[in-house]
Amino acid sequence: MGKTFAEKVLGKSAGEDVKAGQVVTVEPHFCMSHDNAAPISKIFKKIGVEKVWDPDHLVFILDHAVPAPTDKHAENHKIVREFVKEQGIKHFYDVNSKGGVCHQIMCEEGFALPGLVMVGSDSHTCTYGAYGAFSTGIGRSEMAATWATGQIWFRVPESMKVTVKGSFKKGVTAKDLILKIIGDIKADGADYMSVEFHGPGIAEMSLAERMTLCNMGIEMGAKNAVCPPDQKVLDAIRNNAKTDAWEAIWADDDAVYANELEYDLGELEPCVAKPHTVDNYAPVSEIKGTEIHQAFLGSCTNARIEDLRAAAEILKGKEVAVRTIVIPASWSIYRQAMKEGLLDVFLDAGCIINNPGCGPCMGNHEGILAPGEVCISTANRNFKGRMGNKESFIYLASPLTVAASALKGAITDPREVL
Amino acid sequence: MAENILRGRAWVFGDDVDTDLIYHNKYLGITDPKEMAQYSFEYYPGKENFAKEAKPGDIVVAGENFGCGSSREHAVYCLKELGIPVILAESYARIYYRNAVNNGYPVLVVPDITKKVKDGDELEVNMDTGEIKNLTTGEKMHGDAVTDLEKEIMAHGGLIQYLKAQAEKQQ
Repeated sequence: MGKTFAEKVLGKSAGEDVKAGQVVTVEPHFCMSHDNAAPISKIFKKIGVEKVWDPDHLVFILDHAVPAPTDKHAENHKIVREFVKEQGIKHFYDVNSKGGVCHQIMCEEGFALPGLVMVGSDSHTCTYGAYGAFSTGIGRSEMAATWATGQIWFRVPESMKVTVKGSFKKGVTAKDLILKIIGDIKADGADYMSVEFHGPGIAEMSLAERMTLCNMGIEMGAKNAVCPPDQKVLDAIRNNAKTDAWEAIWADDDAVYANELEYDLGELEPCVAKPHTVDNYAPVSEIKGTEIHQAFLGSCTNARIEDLRAAAEILKGKEVAVRTIVIPASWSIYRQAMKEGLLDVFLDAGCIINNPGCGPCMGNHEGILAPGEVCISTANRNFKGRMGNKESFIYLASPLTVAASALKGAITDPREVL
Repeated sequence: MAENILRGRAWVFGDDVDTDLIYHNKYLGITDPKEMAQYSFEYYPGKENFAKEAKPGDIVVAGENFGCGSSREHAVYCLKELGIPVILAESYARIYYRNAVNNGYPVLVVPDITKKVKDGDELEVNMDTGEIKNLTTGEKMHGDAVTDLEKEIMAHGGLIQYLKAQAEKQQ
């Protein structure tokens, strides 16, 4: 009987033959923390261990509130810098022009690699599955414990196989696919499971698109989400891998799945997640005309160069009708967008461009909503109050739909302006 | 050994209660768990006064996928600090469940509990056997036991205490 991706990777890491349901203890290859490395360092000190198990396995990336908007955030950043120094942590991305949103940096900088077990103190750590890694989010106590021991326990998850075929019609993107899947199986549809994306539709997708899919695995409850480590992945990591401990691992053809789904990309249409849950699916055609007050193009879900290009294509030579905030996911994307003239397109259209980071995604700063306001966003969560005000409303959509809506001041089908 | 039995008043929540509803991101900068309690469920429609009105010993009851969303541990700390001794939900989001275990905070899986318990019902929970009685209606339910490793972590009061004990044992 064949094995799933999760069974193979966790088995290899644990050094034994494992199957779903078993509990294993493994050494994660990289442990990522963002601004919350500060409170985690406080918990770590309570354990009574002087030094982390191996500083080269830790990666710290400041992104949640950068540069610090309040004294509290500033203090946290300071604690992180002191801990980095004290522990000799070399993989540290401070508030400067080398950084960006943590999950983007992990992929861009060659930490996300096929077959590695990776953990992060952030729920969207599942993003690295786009590069064939087994990666999952954990809490702060658990991260502190992992720093101390180099070990973490996992229950080997059951797996869900999502087979994707066909190709996107004009105006439809990977974001529309993942919002549709979450709408179908709901916020708990993949609880505790490893979600594997298979099929020619995935093979066609860029790594940026695969990151969008894997990023939102957590929004259906998944432990991790993963795409095949194909040639596109190998090309991307060739001169960039931070370690040679990786290995391209994929599920066997006869692996056993708890659930199997199939999607034809040609059947999808532009869609949104309506307030206040990510599984509240609606095709754009059903809700177009809904008035908006802000558009946000950013976050670890959809702010890569491909996303900026797509939005710029719609905004070029036109003017936005509502305030529109653009935040590239990293400084290297920012530079690339600058070189390609995309930043000019956004500025000419009346958008604001902020420094790379999480921005207003979880309500920290740079675009908080007022009571009664509606935002259309390329991010991954629309929970009540997520962007800082509990009387506001968030619609999640693709960069194309967000850009088209920004032009009209109301939710708009991107196919009308493409 | 005396049986470990809890009695308390139920507060019933729905399905997919996300971490922003339990503990809003606005208060993530707070690092002292004692300060977190006052913000519990502040964003939950209809239960905004939960933190003021809940008494220590009251029990949180919820539907499927409790604690979905962020990995923030605040959403466990706040309820623990408020004196909620146990959560009884139909299922939990993965990270929330681990965070609870790692903080020695008991969360039981109880199928269909939101159909059997209403706000204000008096509940009795036997923490050793997982037996649950709705004292208001007389209905009985059962909460699922956790794995041995989880039990051991919880018995030590959480992962950090568990690790300390392990380290001391080795020395």
